[in-house]
Amino acid sequence: MSALLAVDGVSKRFRGLVAVDRVSFAVPQGAIFAVIGPNGAGKTTLFNMIAGVFAPDGGGITFGGGGIDGLPPDQICRRGIGRTFQIVRPFPALTVEDNVIVGALLHRRHVAEARARTQEVLRRLDLYDKRAQRASALTLPDRKRLEVARALATDPKMLLLDEVMAGLRPTETDRMVTILKQLNRETGLTILLIEHVMQAVMALAARILVLHHGAAIAEGTPEEVVRDPAVIHSYLGAEAIA
Amino acid sequence: MIARLFEGLPLRTVVLLGLLLVLMLIAPLFAGDYLLTILILILYFAYVGQAWNIMMGFAGQLSLGHALYVGLGAYTAAALYVYFGIGPWIGLLAAIPVAALAGAFIGYLAFRFRVGGVYFAILTIAVAEFARIGFDHLSLTGGSAGLFLPVAQYARNDLWQLRGHPVMFYYVLLAATALALVGCRALLQSRIGYFWLAIREDEEAARSLGIDTFHYKMVAVVISAGMTSFAGVIYAFYYNNLFPEQVFPISRSVEIILAPIIGGVGTLVGPILGAFVFEFISEGLRSLLSWFGVEAPGIKQVFLGAMLLVVVVAMPEGVWPWLARKLGLSGERT
Repeated sequence: MSALLAVDGVSKRFRGLVAVDRVSFAVPQGAIFAVIGPNGAGKTTLFNMIAGVFAPDGGGITFGGGGIDGLPPDQICRRGIGRTFQIVRPFPALTVEDNVIVGALLHRRHVAEARARTQEVLRRLDLYDKRAQRASALTLPDRKRLEVARALATDPKMLLLDEVMAGLRPTETDRMVTILKQLNRETGLTILLIEHVMQAVMALAARILVLHHGAAIAEGTPEEVVRDPAVIHSYLGAEAIA
Repeated sequence: MIARLFEGLPLRTVVLLGLLLVLMLIAPLFAGDYLLTILILILYFAYVGQAWNIMMGFAGQLSLGHALYVGLGAYTAAALYVYFGIGPWIGLLAAIPVAALAGAFIGYLAFRFRVGGVYFAILTIAVAEFARIGFDHLSLTGGSAGLFLPVAQYARNDLWQLRGHPVMFYYVLLAATALALVGCRALLQSRIGYFWLAIREDEEAARSLGIDTFHYKMVAVVISAGMTSFAGVIYAFYYNNLFPEQVFPISRSVEIILAPIIGGVGTLVGPILGAFVFEFISEGLRSLLSWFGVEAPGIKQVFLGAMLLVVVVAMPEGVWPWLARKLGLSGERT
């Protein structure tokens, strides 16, 4: 399998603080890949560099064979990366359906075509029955799925999910895991998750990268990662003691 | 195309709008000069309100300097008429690009350098003020002494030269308001309309969905400015005189935004309903007072202020969303 996304030695400094320190990894086409780490590990900074919120200070990011580091967020999306926000940002006054239509219009000229695509996406994300509600009226689990739906409607090659499980109850987490797994299996969509919740990642990801203090300390299958002494010490160990 | 314009509209809303149109079409048969003047003002404010609404109501960019576009349209067409004998409709072909260019200038400055929200509003005020002071000193257009269009008694209405009875202006404005309503609905139902609403609701989220927000905000300003300039052309040929102190001041810009704010920002019926409400109530109360023998200059502005206060407190979304809910007229994109 060829790599769809390749992150090559990227770094980001905020004044004196090195938030991300020469991190490299590759996400193969069709894979579910997760980046985990304790709070302050640099996950969100890494995410934001891929999503185009800020440019890396060093290193490079290639997607689908072309360099994307330093591109603005809208161009990143047009290249085929659909992102969600950790703190959800629906368009509150628009209906659920209109929220998703906005995404579907990226590669479609006509609203009717976008609406057809939207209905497909809404069914997949269990939001079809709520399509006429205003986004501001949704509960948090529904909003989280709306984020995914909206990103999915842009027909991405890769979904970039920022702590999409955060704040969900276990049953809701399971629902999200099932939906994402189905998406990956049935459509071959590549998924890159940045997560704090370990449990969801174990059930979902084929490979996991562990960040700690901005640096990659381990990478492997979920089984390998949980047995890695460095990971146990820095991440799981700290939680187990606490 | 025609069917799409009525898509998602309850039948009652269509019927009511049709009735209003018929009523407006026959109104000059019954209205006296005074009422006709009021109706012309209402249509004027409904039209410019609709144009302003594209920027604020759809794309979320607050302009407090729309008098700039009215003024540029008015001065461009009037100067062409006075100095070169070029009629208003040809003049409009110059007025629209001039105003659109001014809008593009403000938009470029603001959106390129990420000037948003209140600061954007201040920038729009500043440019309108520049224009006011600039035109005050521009001898080409008469400076502060004003620019005057030749007035004569015309045997019949000349629609091509816009010379004639107020009734002619009334019908021109009625057509413009109706076209603006239809055009804005078409815009709102199209791809660009969805992108504007997304930008209004959350610009960062809109960008993450691949929307080139700079581009679509520019389009909103340019369309809004160009549309507004037409009202300026009508203004010039209706009043036949232009003074920078009357055309460009911020009070004019504020006047423009009253109708959509009272009627409902971001709604299509709002600017029209708002113009009726604020003009009828403030003018009605004023004439009621003068009927009782009380002549208080500026009382109309006091009524406007009070009305704005009531609307902002009691129905912050505007009169139309409230009324539409009460009467079961709400539909998609009204």
